[in-house]
Amino acid sequence: MSVNVDVAPLPELADRSKTWRAPETSLGRSRERLAWLLVLPSLLVVAIVALYPLIETFRLSFTNTRLASTREPRSVGFDNYQTLLQEDAFRSALSHTVIFTISSVLLETLLGLAIALVIHSNFRGRGGVRTSMLVPWAIPTVVSASMWQWMYHDVFGVVNDILVNQLHVLNQKVAWLANPATALPAIIAVDVWKTTPFMALLLLAGLQLIPGDVYEASTVDGASKIQQFFQITLPLLKPALLVALIFRTLDAFRVFDVIYVMKQFASETMTVAVYARQQLIDLALLGRGSAAAVIIFLCIFSFVILYTRLIRVEEI
Amino acid sequence: MHNDASSPVTRLLAESLSGQLSRRDILKRAGALGLSAPLVGVMLSAQAHVAAAQDASPVAGEPGSTIVVPEGLPTDLGGTTLNIILGQDGPVVPWEEAAVAKFSEATGISVNRTSGPESATERLAQYQQLLAAQASDVDAMMIDVIWPGILAAHAVDLSDAIGWQGAEYFERIVQNNTVGETLVGIPWYTDAGLLYFRTDLLEANGFEAPPETWTELEEMAQAIQDAERGQNPDFYGFVWQGAAYEGLTCDALEWQVSSGGGNIIETDLTVSVNNPQAIAAFERARGWVGTISPEGVTTYKEEDARGVWQAGNAAFMRNWPYAYSLGQAADSSIVDKFDVTLVPAGDGEGAQHADTLGGWQMMASAYSQNQPGAIAFCQYLTSRELQRSLAIEQSRLPTIVDLYDDQDVLEVNPFFAKLKDVFLGGAVARPSTQTSDLYNEVSTAYFTAVNEILTGQASDAAARVAQLAEQLEGIVSEL
Repeated sequence: MSVNVDVAPLPELADRSKTWRAPETSLGRSRERLAWLLVLPSLLVVAIVALYPLIETFRLSFTNTRLASTREPRSVGFDNYQTLLQEDAFRSALSHTVIFTISSVLLETLLGLAIALVIHSNFRGRGGVRTSMLVPWAIPTVVSASMWQWMYHDVFGVVNDILVNQLHVLNQKVAWLANPATALPAIIAVDVWKTTPFMALLLLAGLQLIPGDVYEASTVDGASKIQQFFQITLPLLKPALLVALIFRTLDAFRVFDVIYVMKQFASETMTVAVYARQQLIDLALLGRGSAAAVIIFLCIFSFVILYTRLIRVEEI
Repeated sequence: MHNDASSPVTRLLAESLSGQLSRRDILKRAGALGLSAPLVGVMLSAQAHVAAAQDASPVAGEPGSTIVVPEGLPTDLGGTTLNIILGQDGPVVPWEEAAVAKFSEATGISVNRTSGPESATERLAQYQQLLAAQASDVDAMMIDVIWPGILAAHAVDLSDAIGWQGAEYFERIVQNNTVGETLVGIPWYTDAGLLYFRTDLLEANGFEAPPETWTELEEMAQAIQDAERGQNPDFYGFVWQGAAYEGLTCDALEWQVSSGGGNIIETDLTVSVNNPQAIAAFERARGWVGTISPEGVTTYKEEDARGVWQAGNAAFMRNWPYAYSLGQAADSSIVDKFDVTLVPAGDGEGAQHADTLGGWQMMASAYSQNQPGAIAFCQYLTSRELQRSLAIEQSRLPTIVDLYDDQDVLEVNPFFAKLKDVFLGGAVARPSTQTSDLYNEVSTAYFTAVNEILTGQASDAAARVAQLAEQLEGIVSEL
């Protein structure tokens, strides 16, 4: 996130990307018609499965509709949004989501980068390490969350057993998930455990694109390993890093499964996605739940705009 | 059947250990879950063990073999079809299929039985979607005891249908299921919160009877826990359900009603939760966390509590009747070492025993194209004969009063005898009927507040309860 200096595109570049001129020849025009015809089916599919639900969610968020209720739904303007932003539960859900996103993405990026650098170097058994590294990522989240739930268990859990009985780091067993102070960090740890391999894999792909002769040249010029990392590796890895960050931030912001499995609707770990599910499904409040969903959508949408701008600057 | 789904793996393990599944079921479900070979091996050997033991018991035989078809079913509806949503996939399905087959045979109505989702919230969401669309695809369904208020607008009034056999159903449940003048569902089987206690440990520590009050329970739990900790550092006095979900509403309602703290929202829609007895009851429960109960109890659901209890690591447990037969299963480490009693009373003014009412009802959909058939099926499934069979084969608690005096039922489920009075008197209904379709909002606000008090996130219980009362006033004002 330290790249905000060059966010704004240079004026002439922005101009170039905006200039689109209608084709002047008849061949050009018929080609354009064909192009539209060819993308039409996919546009239709997108409109039906993505655009329509999105518009419907926006519409519902301005009403007080309830599922299967005999109450007549009516338009309530911005009431739902106002209620949400004033409600402690939603505000704390929003702050949990931000904490979860920032800390999990930061840790995953740092650890993923370290791992990618290690497995990028040449050593015996590299193939085996690369494959085994992917195991956490391959396990479905619901399964790994249940597994960690048992590992964190206050009475039977292996985490307490190791820390208390084997290593004697702690004097007494901790209820990792029940204690409000440790619950969210414990869940973040699970997400980091699970997703770091994915991050490492994306970054490894980026590392492999950097040509080796750049390093040779800099060695000849007398650059140290640390200089090489900051002057060559990091700048050349930036496009891959940004793509990985986009994926992870968007994913982390919508986090639902790991939290729902481990803590359900407990207020100390509730994120906005869990909150939206509670409003929509459990409380049948389609209006307020849709408003929460719209807020998630807007947050993610602004992330996407920010990141795509960053990438565009990189490409140019 | 309980208010939320535990993990499929735990559930499969529990069911196979208690011998409720066939070998084939275990293999099929374990395969679907991708379980490891050693674990499946454990399940299969346990299943074989229990199956052998069950063969010797009087209940053995084909599922549904104890079903007697009641007289008086309509015979003029032959050729019509019904679609019914019943229990989740699991041990009850073969019995239900047998019951459905016998109904079809007797009436000529063909019935398609579908399993509902495992989690009660998912099931309610599915029903709400179907009913909101006024779908005629479903003619009748089983509904939870807290749903009559939510689903009343979509139900056929069954108040004339319930009396067809002249059976006496528990008045409290019928009242709970009645919204305005409409009987939304006929009670099918019921549930109530119970206190499980270890007879052997009580005796060893010089206690002659199970606790009558919460104070007695605290003393006993502490004494037994102190004594047991020597050999078993993981031993706890009392386990219950403290996670932020519907189950906590049930537990916390018992604490406050038993202390004379009212019913959260009374039948006239007065919000009564903000009173000293209720606050004291929540504070008392907060005192258990980390002392006589594990610190993790604030994340426990039914199956978590049962896990600790059935491993022999707890002196007392609050749970539903289903844990009884599982505790007596061959793999349990506490076979014949426990018994059940009423949930303790408080000790102040207005103190009483309070056991939260659970259970399921049969509802006929207002959008059914075959309402006479749907009503007949609800009558059939809730009839005396079918409830008796369900009690004998599946240990489900009947809703017809005199079945608690039936010798065959009591032989298989001796603890039923104690429960008759609970349903006649002490069982406490959650405030679902009066809050109708807003009950889930009420319950969510309530269990969130209580969970925050238990975990210490809300350090001032009185202030949190005052805030809860305000939230509830807001919800009630929408009614």
